[in-house]
Amino acid sequence: MSSALAIIVAVTLFALYLGVRARHGHDMSLEQWTVGGRSFGTAFVFLLMAGEIYTTFTFLGGSGFAYGKGAPVYYILAYGTLAYVLSYWMLPPVWRFAKTHRVVSQPHFFTRKYDSASLGVLVAIVDVAALIPYLVLQLKGLGIIVSTASYGAISSSAAIWIGAGVVTIYVIVSGVRGSAWNSVVKDMLILGIVLFLGIYLPMHYYGGLGQMFHAIDVARPGFLTFPEKGSSVTWFQSTVLLTALGFFMWPHTFGSVFTAKDERIFRRNAIVLPLYQLILLFVFFVGFAAALKVPGLKGGDIDLSLFKLSLQTFDPWFVGVIGAAGVLTALVPGSMILTTASTLLANDIYRGLVQRNASDEAVAKLARVCVPVVAVVAVLFTLHGGETIVALLLMGYSFVTQLFPAVICSLAPRNRATRQGAFCGILAGVAVVAVTTIFKLSVGQLMPFLPDALKDVNIGFVALAVNLVVFVVVSAVTQPQAETDQSRVQTH
Amino acid sequence: MSFRLLAVLPFIGILLGVPFVNRVEPLVLGMPFVLAWIVMWVVLSSIIMGIIYRLDPVNRQTPSGEEVRS
Repeated sequence: MSSALAIIVAVTLFALYLGVRARHGHDMSLEQWTVGGRSFGTAFVFLLMAGEIYTTFTFLGGSGFAYGKGAPVYYILAYGTLAYVLSYWMLPPVWRFAKTHRVVSQPHFFTRKYDSASLGVLVAIVDVAALIPYLVLQLKGLGIIVSTASYGAISSSAAIWIGAGVVTIYVIVSGVRGSAWNSVVKDMLILGIVLFLGIYLPMHYYGGLGQMFHAIDVARPGFLTFPEKGSSVTWFQSTVLLTALGFFMWPHTFGSVFTAKDERIFRRNAIVLPLYQLILLFVFFVGFAAALKVPGLKGGDIDLSLFKLSLQTFDPWFVGVIGAAGVLTALVPGSMILTTASTLLANDIYRGLVQRNASDEAVAKLARVCVPVVAVVAVLFTLHGGETIVALLLMGYSFVTQLFPAVICSLAPRNRATRQGAFCGILAGVAVVAVTTIFKLSVGQLMPFLPDALKDVNIGFVALAVNLVVFVVVSAVTQPQAETDQSRVQTH
Repeated sequence: MSFRLLAVLPFIGILLGVPFVNRVEPLVLGMPFVLAWIVMWVVLSSIIMGIIYRLDPVNRQTPSGEEVRS
């Protein structure tokens, strides 16, 4: 066994141990398993919410995006920051409501807020459709990382099965606590690695950061600024705004809000989380460093840029450390997604649709049964899904953003939106997303009469706009007064 | 009340500011100018949220008997 492989195996086993150990001293009721008994302090909530930033998508994708596309990668840094600013006001009321009503998932939140089980079921279906591709992406990243960092000793598909097995075990045992404990190790490791790589590689290959960017600018003019067309400034503005709104709508991120023990945690985190994101900057530096040093990666292979450059720079044992950090960036978000998806299936789809009066114990038991099922489905998708999964993921991001208007309205002291409005708005938005993604439509194609600058507006806005219009109109016609009139006639 | 308006600044700086700074030179701290601009706003956002946290009366109450950390 090579030293790289030994390190990866050791860290994976440690993650398994820690994930299982996290259960210690807690009986795993539904509320413990899904939201850690609402007992997490600032540090755990911070790491769970930050967990969203450091996934394989940012580790491999962030560097790959910088390598392949250049300037457009900057958007990743911007949208999180704006989302955290919003979180200062948005999350405390969400948390308060969830605590009072013992809410354990996002659809559960909708069910209670709008007093409508069918709305909960709709949200749960949208959530699951968005989560599965996200889980698949983590597993795919895991496979790439392990097979590359083990110098091919472990095949990508073997790594995917093993990784899925590890998270399945510790999620069944400890639920969200396992994710929280492992996120501590993950963040420390990734922090160290990324800072080191982002500083060392530009120094080593170019003599410094300034020299590196200067060399790139000379070799590839225009690579470091937003282009005139395509991923232009308009694309940047619209995408940043859209993803900032959707950021906390991911069900596992929304769910991590419920784990907090008091609401001030969110306001405190809104100060620190923007800064914490700056570590992504060093991921970009790695990608930029690779741009001139390991040129020629195309298509999906751009995601390998970080590892290609590391392989030609470092000794195997250090490649192993990078690989181990990469494995954790897949396992931790993967475990959060797995916990959330299983909760959605058991609590919201089963209890909401099939067995309305199922007890918490029965739901908790069923949620654990769902874990391996979801994991196997995700693994099969990963191994046989092909390119469709990328389209599904893009769709997933836009799907969850459709929940934003209904969440925001429900936080107002007097919610004027109705359950019918929320239901139809979400349904309309999701339908537009599905159609535009499947037919690969852009704003420029839909509205060719627009000035050039506006043609690069993110297509997600069209869906959100349709959603909003339907939401407002349907809410207006289904106001409660109308209902009381009706009930007077029918002598309800 | 008005201190809350501070939170609008990051949106203006990042969303509306970027078209005006979309260039490479001068490099700031070794980074292309447009990237440095975004980084500056990330740091400023953190500072702004810190100021809002201090000024916001909500953070002076002790809802669950927890000690006040201003």
